[in-house]
Amino acid sequence: MVPLNYFLVLSGVLFAIGTAGVFLRRNLITVLLSIEIMLNAVNLTFVAVGRYLGTVDGQIIVFFVMTVAAAEAAVGLALVISLFRHRETLSPDAFTALKW
Amino acid sequence: MDVIAFYVFGAIAIAASLGVIGQRNPMHSVMLLIASFGALAGLYVILDAPFTAVTQIIIYAGAIMVLFLFVVMLLNVPREEPAPRSLAGTLGGGGIKAAALLSVAMGIELVYAVYSLEHVSFSPGHSGSVSSVANIGQALFTKHAFAFEVTSVLILVAMIGAVILAQKEHH
Repeated sequence: MVPLNYFLVLSGVLFAIGTAGVFLRRNLITVLLSIEIMLNAVNLTFVAVGRYLGTVDGQIIVFFVMTVAAAEAAVGLALVISLFRHRETLSPDAFTALKW
Repeated sequence: MDVIAFYVFGAIAIAASLGVIGQRNPMHSVMLLIASFGALAGLYVILDAPFTAVTQIIIYAGAIMVLFLFVVMLLNVPREEPAPRSLAGTLGGGGIKAAALLSVAMGIELVYAVYSLEHVSFSPGHSGSVSSVANIGQALFTKHAFAFEVTSVLILVAMIGAVILAQKEHH
């Protein structure tokens, strides 16, 4: 059986990749995709620790995270569509109207 | 056997995720992310969580990623445009480098923190109670029934919000 630490390390690496994506990409869709990577990294931790503790609670939290991710994707993509209608671009640098 | 499967799926997940943030074409990014989710579903199977693995494929790879694909095709912006010179000057290439450095530092820190824990193995006795869909359903509809019902309100609100945000403005 694979030790718990392996899954936690993999999850940490995936989370860091997602963070790098949010910081480095200049495309709103790719930024949303990077957020999905981070959510999945955390899901992996929940399932692994739930398996370690022998409860189903980890998997149930993952179920809720997936629902929230679906809601987030729907609202986020609707925002992306309406932003694209205004500026014809997806670069986050183009939307600075609220910047002080 | 499990260890080999773990390394294979883990390598696919990391490679595909790196591809997602390395691609300039959003369409390829979405496809690679689907591959990454498939690998994660494999890891869930190793963790005796077949229900979560199936949900991962159906909800994430099936529903959410198709939504992303729809938007990518609808907006038809095949490539990320390079940063305009002026903006690159104000934000600085240094900002990008610092961001990359920060996320690498966070990754190293997370891995180090987990590695300095003592290595724990899974106790084999639990696998039946964790993998049973009946147990998951029972906990979901008794202990977590309130959260489950609140989720339906969340989905309704998200649906209405998405419809209102994406509709054309009438002036």
